[in-house]
Amino acid sequence: MAAPTIAQTSRRTLSGAVGIGIAVGVYGISFGVLAVAAGLSPAQACVMSMLVFTGASQFAFVGVLAAGGGALAAMGPAVMLAVRNAAYGVSLAPILPRRLRDRALLAQLVIDESTAMARAQEDPAAARRAFLATGVSVWLCWNLGTLAGALLGGGLGDPRTLGIDAMFPAAFLALLAPQLRRPGAPVAAVAGAMIAVTALPFAPAGVPVVAALAGVVPGVLVARGVRA
Amino acid sequence: MSWFVLLALCFVSYALKAIGPVFAGGRELSPQVRRTLDLVPVPLLAALILVQTLGDGHRLAIDARLPALGVAAVLVWRRAPFLVVVLAAAGTAALLRAVA
Repeated sequence: MAAPTIAQTSRRTLSGAVGIGIAVGVYGISFGVLAVAAGLSPAQACVMSMLVFTGASQFAFVGVLAAGGGALAAMGPAVMLAVRNAAYGVSLAPILPRRLRDRALLAQLVIDESTAMARAQEDPAAARRAFLATGVSVWLCWNLGTLAGALLGGGLGDPRTLGIDAMFPAAFLALLAPQLRRPGAPVAAVAGAMIAVTALPFAPAGVPVVAALAGVVPGVLVARGVRA
Repeated sequence: MSWFVLLALCFVSYALKAIGPVFAGGRELSPQVRRTLDLVPVPLLAALILVQTLGDGHRLAIDARLPALGVAAVLVWRRAPFLVVVLAAAGTAALLRAVA
């Protein structure tokens, strides 16, 4: 199934998929470095990138660990950030192959980049090819980047001296910025930030970030007001 | 770090991705539900930014991470590539700590 599909994929889609893959690979290097700095073994960092394969969740997970939270506290924000993949999966379901086995396998490639590339296509066949090309390219590059970063990161020394702790907020800011254009998003961001800072002094590590999810409510209300 | 929690996260993330392809064969979400789901990452990312810039255990602290975030913000605004943003933030914090 894969061979003819790739052969028919337009050059434009392929070059887009490779370009996105390279960018994500670089991002994977920083994930590998941060994961090892947060206490994961290189093997754990690599298994996480292969099987979780959702950048923001993975950064959130190791970020909470690095800030002193336990593994269970790190699960909350990581799972919440992965919830949007469920919405992507539902929206992509119509363009995926019919066979259940193929659908179950390709579900692993449902992420921001593959969804965005599929949505940008004119017809379902092109959308399927764009989804597949982007998903495979991003998966390969993300995992190669993680491996390189995890091997490199172990030899770097004290993460604070190198400013590695400052890489986390910078990475999240780069992920957040393009999403602020959605209606209600700035309000949701400010509300979430305020909730987290307020909860930080007394809530267990990881909990302030999950509590910030309540910031969606004022965001949705404002977005509704804008449309009405 | 526990392998058990890590594998649980692997399972949950895959299950979330597979709901649509495996179970909802081509059903569409209502626009209202989709818009709400689209907003979910926004407050979480904003919270992560503040907690990781100002958090020091259970205290709030201002240190080299704050100017580093400022540099990152300018670079994000100027549409710099991801790696440039992240490395500039690390470089700023490292430099300030070396000087202090």
